Amino acid sequence: MTTAVADAAHHVEHGPAKGFSRWLFTTNHKDIGTMYLIFSLTMFFVGGTMALIVRSELAQPGLQFVHPEFFNQMTTMHALVMIFGAIMPAFVGLANWMVPLQIGAPDMALPRMNNWSFWILPVAFCMLLSTLFMPGGAPAGGWTMYPPLVLQTGDSFPFLIFSIHLMGLSSIMGAINIIVTIVNMRTPQMVLIRMPLFAWAWLITAYLLLAVMPVLAGAVTMLLTDQFFGTSFFLAAGGGDPVMYQHIFWFFGHPEVYIMILPAFGIVSEIIPTFSRKPLFGHDSMVYALAAIAFLSFIVWAHHMFTVGMPLSGQMFFMFATMMISVPTGVKIFNWASTMWRGAMTFETPMLFALAFVFLFTIGGFSGLMLALVPADIQYHDSYFVVAHFHYVLVPGSLFALMGAAYYWLPKWTGHMYNETAGKVHFWLSAIFVNVLFFPMHFLGLAGMPRRIPDYSTQFADFNMVATIGAFGFGLSQLIFVYVLLTCKKGPPATAEVWDHPKGLEWTVPSPAPYHTFAEPPKVDRTVAFPKDYD
Amino acid sequence: MNDKITSEAKNRSLVVQLLGWVVAMFSFGFFVLPPLYNVFCEITGFGGRTNTAAATVVETPDVNRTVRVEFVTSVNEYAPWEFTADTSSMDVHPGQMYYATFTAKNLTEVSKVAQAVPSISPIVASGHFKKIECFCFTSQDFSAHEQKEMPVQFILDTELPDYIDTVTLQYTFFDTQRVAAAN
Repeated sequence: MTTAVADAAHHVEHGPAKGFSRWLFTTNHKDIGTMYLIFSLTMFFVGGTMALIVRSELAQPGLQFVHPEFFNQMTTMHALVMIFGAIMPAFVGLANWMVPLQIGAPDMALPRMNNWSFWILPVAFCMLLSTLFMPGGAPAGGWTMYPPLVLQTGDSFPFLIFSIHLMGLSSIMGAINIIVTIVNMRTPQMVLIRMPLFAWAWLITAYLLLAVMPVLAGAVTMLLTDQFFGTSFFLAAGGGDPVMYQHIFWFFGHPEVYIMILPAFGIVSEIIPTFSRKPLFGHDSMVYALAAIAFLSFIVWAHHMFTVGMPLSGQMFFMFATMMISVPTGVKIFNWASTMWRGAMTFETPMLFALAFVFLFTIGGFSGLMLALVPADIQYHDSYFVVAHFHYVLVPGSLFALMGAAYYWLPKWTGHMYNETAGKVHFWLSAIFVNVLFFPMHFLGLAGMPRRIPDYSTQFADFNMVATIGAFGFGLSQLIFVYVLLTCKKGPPATAEVWDHPKGLEWTVPSPAPYHTFAEPPKVDRTVAFPKDYD
Repeated sequence: MNDKITSEAKNRSLVVQLLGWVVAMFSFGFFVLPPLYNVFCEITGFGGRTNTAAATVVETPDVNRTVRVEFVTSVNEYAPWEFTADTSSMDVHPGQMYYATFTAKNLTEVSKVAQAVPSISPIVASGHFKKIECFCFTSQDFSAHEQKEMPVQFILDTELPDYIDTVTLQYTFFDTQRVAAAN
């Protein structure tokens, strides 16, 4: 016992190391969370630059700025960088920072693995981005990497596969860490079902990651062996079937889209109650809805491939299973609305992002329902309507939730209030330009403009110009966010609570959160998972 | 101290369990899914899959019913062949045996190996289209500029659902040099 006390005393005094080695060797969840967030912001601007190259080329019909080959590299790399480099690591970074604080744990359960799972990512992305400078250029067959097209990728092909392997490894290690932390390290009185929604969303997301990232690794490994070791998994000449790749890929791919949105649901479920000054409506039903969405995500994959030639019964099954997802999603939307009902609402930047999330994600959800209809999908398939749909769920969906989370917890991280005016300007410009950017794409898609093509028929010119103006407006507005981050240290000091009586353990520690928190497990009320003296 | 040890043991057992999941899902994707998919396609005819070895069928022809069989040919990527069906379609009675011939020509100066891969559409018909003899059962050798006539002998069985009046047989010609070299 005496040794344990001495150990504990020693650890309390242990501060961050000095210089770069602090970041290289750190096992502190807050340091690692910060690194994840900075990395993902960097990748967001890299991927955003690629998107602007795409939009510049599409501003007018005809070819103006780039070669079609390079255009295809840009669409492919934009997707890979944004999905695996910006959105996913940003959520993992938030999980690192906030999950231990929300459940009253001193750190993540596996701190050394945590360090490793972060530092793999910069390596993976150096590898992926280096393909831009290789003979034959970067991968250009689309982020879905369908064979046989992807097998025509030049020297960059093995680099693409290995970087996907590394990203998968990083995600799997991150997921294991989060599950072990949540299952084993909650403060003793915190009952699982009463756990805050962000932690719940991440627990379910982590299980999704564990289930599907290995399947993606398997699929890309098959591509690798088909290319270099003479197998014929996907080569029809050798008895394989390229359609099988699509099945395996989307068995990963559909849960993957929920990996990118469930943590966003968790964030919005944290922000809306705080600024409505009411507890979250239907906490338990929110948890069950998350679980239902996660389960359904495994049985809907073929709605991405209605046009490959599928028996009618198969199309019917996947259509109805897909439409069923709107039931638990509807539960969530209505619960958020009910949380706001008669609440004393205020509209600080995080709340604005959360509200825009609810509105605009729902638009993306509805266009998703349209795409789920087999007869309609055959018309919409591979058109700009699909591009509009998934950008609505990913940009004003996942990204707005991430921005909201950053504003919501920034005072807790830095100990200073950010510039609220700049935050609001950032929000309004983003919210306006994101619609200018993506809404016309619905019309383009319905009128028949195909995706992934650098040129188009002249009747699509006006809406494309509008979208390009929106793209530059949106991209430039994000620089305001960088300004907010850089000037945050100059803001007034934040209190421990930051907002008006928010619920949750993260608001019981001082702002900025000390390097080590919850050395002793905090006491919580069994029934609400919040500190006792709050209610 | 004891607390620390038990929590480490708990962590370790959970990590082992989760790693087990990861290994299981990778194995499922890599080792189980491809053969499972093949079996699934063979049973259901999914992807237009038909028999790849000679079938033996004894049927009595149903002369009251006529089904049109259409032939479609294509050449994969830049494979250097001319490949056509000698007749574009024929009217057949289910249960009766028929011949059709296809012609392919190697357009290069070197000898080539080709593999024809068949596919039936609609999918529900694929189990009822039985090939007795087919040039697609084995790979075909072509010397420089060689032109070959290749037969297929088939029966549409009488179980073919009533509502089907047209069946399409499609062949794609692949250059198997690369696959052959690897094996």
